[in-house]
Order: sequence, then C-alpha cells, then structure tokens
Amino acid sequence: MTDSASIISLSNLIKQFGRFAALRGVTAEFAAGKFHVILGDNGAGKTTLLRALAGLAQPTRGTISILGKEPHDACRQLGYMAHPSLLYDEMSGMENLRYFARLYEISGDARCEQVIRSVRLDPGLARPVGQYSQGMRQRMSLARAILHDPEILLLDEPFSNVDVHSAQEIVGLLKEMRDAGKTIFVVTHQASLLQGVADEFIWMQAGQIVDRTADFHAGFSTVGKQ
Amino acid sequence: MSLLRSITAATLAKDIRLEWRSRDAINSMLFFSLLVVVIFSFAFDPNAEESREIAGGLIWVAFLFAAVVALNQTWARELRNQVLDAYRVSPAPATALFVAKALGNFLLVSLLEALMAPLFMIFYNLRPLGPAWQLIPVAILGTWALVVNGTFFAAMSLRTRSREIMLPLLLFPISIPAIQSMVEATRVVLSGDGSARFWIVLLLTYDVVFTTACLALFETILQAE
Repeated sequence: MTDSASIISLSNLIKQFGRFAALRGVTAEFAAGKFHVILGDNGAGKTTLLRALAGLAQPTRGTISILGKEPHDACRQLGYMAHPSLLYDEMSGMENLRYFARLYEISGDARCEQVIRSVRLDPGLARPVGQYSQGMRQRMSLARAILHDPEILLLDEPFSNVDVHSAQEIVGLLKEMRDAGKTIFVVTHQASLLQGVADEFIWMQAGQIVDRTADFHAGFSTVGKQ
Repeated sequence: MSLLRSITAATLAKDIRLEWRSRDAINSMLFFSLLVVVIFSFAFDPNAEESREIAGGLIWVAFLFAAVVALNQTWARELRNQVLDAYRVSPAPATALFVAKALGNFLLVSLLEALMAPLFMIFYNLRPLGPAWQLIPVAILGTWALVVNGTFFAAMSLRTRSREIMLPLLLFPISIPAIQSMVEATRVVLSGDGSARFWIVLLLTYDVVFTTACLALFETILQAE
C-alpha cells in the first residue's frame, strides 16, 4: 500500500539479532494522520518494528525515512511509549514529566500539567509513580510520550495489564489525538478494542508485513489461511 | 552549550533526588568502607611510621571498592522500567547524561571520602608530615579519575549478563596508573618524603585523557543495543 501523503517510508528493512532475523525485508509506506494497528503473534517483529521506527534499534540493512529524515533526526516529531513505563518509580508523575520536559527544552510546569490532565490524571498527585495502579501508570506513560506534542505516536502494548475501563479511556484519548491530526501506531494483542477506531490493521508474521486492511476481520482471515 | 548545561543540571538534580529518596548507594558505600577501616585496623597493627607508609594504599583501595558500589547503582536505576530508552529517543545530547552521571558519582564518592577520611586518620593515628594541602588536589583528581572511567565502564557493562562483576574487571586494570598516583601522592604527603607535585600532574594528565576519551565514545555506548 502506498500513499502520496506518506509520513513514514520503510525500504527493505532487515533487523537481525545474531543469527535471528526479527525483521525480514519490510517495505511499506504509512499515511499521515491515520491510526495504524500492528498485529501478529509473539515474535512476529511488531515491537522490533516499533523500536526501529523510534530509533532504538538500528536496522541491519534497509532504510527508514520519517518525514524525510532518519529516526533520530526526527525524534522531536516522535512520541514513544514502550511496554515498560519509561518512568522513574520513585518520583511523582509531575516530577517525572518535569524532568522529561527539560530534555525537550520545554520550560515551566504549564505543559506538564496540561498533558497530565489530558490523560485524566491529577497533576497535584504527590504519590510516586511506583504506587500508581497499572492503568494510571499506562496513562502517565502516555502523557510522557505526548509531552512534546509529537506528530507521530508509537505505542507498544498500551493496554497490557489494564482493566477494560482504563483501556477504553486510553482508546478514547488516542481517538481524540488521531482526530487532531496525529499519526498513531499501536502494537497490541487486543485489537478488538480498536475496531471502529483504527484506520488500518497491519498484520505481521515472521518479521514481514503479510497483510494491511481497513477491516480487522478481513485481515485476520487472510493471515489465518496462510 | 546552554542546552547541555541545562540538561546536565536537570539530570544531576533528578539523580540526587532519587538517591536522597532511596539512599541505595550512599548507605552501601558507607557501610562497606566502614567495614574495611575496622577490618584493616584489626588485621594490621602498624606503628606511626608504618601507618604513613601503608595508609595511602589502604585508603584508596577502600574508596575504590566503595565507589564500585555507587557506580553499579548509577545505571541500574535507568534500567528499571527501561527509563534509559526515554532518554535515547529524546533530542537530549548523550554527553549531558554522561557528565551528569559522572558528577553525581563524584559528589557521592567525595561525600564518602569526607566522612571516612577523619575515621582513617583516627584509626591509624595519621598526621601528615608533608604539605597536607596537596591531599586536596590528589583527592579531587583521584576521585574524578575513578568516577569518570567507572561511569563509562558501568554504562558499557550495562547490557552484559553479569554487569556487577564486569565493572571491576574493566575498571580496575585501566585505573592502575591513577591508583598508583593517588597512593604514592598520599604516601609522600603523609611521610613528608618530598613533594607530590609529580603525581598530581600525572593524575591531571590521566583525567584529561580519559575524560576526553569517555566523552567522545559515550554516545556510541549509549546507542549500542
């Protein structure tokens, strides 16, 4: 699938860990302002693809172009949320965001308070993040990822270990962000949560993209037949 | 430059706050070096002159071992919840992270030295016969030599399976010139056996060379998988 307004372009992307190839020649383009969901079994290469897009995994071969730049040069346009929280457990949510704001040259508390409120948390909460519930931690992790108002969001398992209510809240937040023009990539095993919200389902198997569909059920049956 | 300074200051402040709350490193370092002082004082029973000869070695070996405790903690904190990845995806320069970590370790080890040095003096009945002020540059330059390489090698061994063993294996051999300078300078000052100027210049040279090398190579280490 190609799109004239593609924001990310991958060309023959290969990522090897020793003799194991996690990505095997992924070539794809992704449209701007869309909600992409990456699906596949464990070991299909979903997380590796996301980490490569974030600039955390250097491709063994092939190229990644994000807004015409290398991933690390496009880091101000990328927001990355990993499976772990990427937050300091001993500090409060506000203290965490204050620190990460400095890394992006964002001064003052206003933006930190704004993003914490946008994920339906209280910026005045003094409790350290280590004492948050899993749902709160995931939302604070999302707040960290969107702190610098990136154009592209890369989210790895944002609903893992989260109760249904919190997961639906996160889906609602992501929908709002997509409607505001952000390009979103979500790696998840809970695709059912994103039916009716996502624009595209990307199916991965053995380090390759095997299908891309707008309909979750169509893609699932295609992969199932292989 | 102001960005580098600002991020270094923010990272240093964050590390001090985390250490203040957890006291992971300082408690273990203090306990460890206190044990060394007490055990050595029981193991050896030197007279005043012998004390001046061996104290430099005892002091710096104790501080070196204690520093390894702090150095191992430095990056362990960044591995919990993979927080280091949040830094790696940001536009913040790698150098700022390295300088902040090295400065944090320098403050911790210096605090330890300030607390433990008087105890050493009491336990070993030490009184410097040479120019005591020379111990100040020796302590500053020697501590920096330990922490700058220690911070670098701790980052390098971060992704190895047995990183707590790996750090001393990498750090100790490369620290031999610095340790020798620190020990000799301390011995010279305590025994009044000439000037420690040569050893101080050697330490300064060592610091300049290794700080430059660590700064130049740290980004590669940080981005390595």
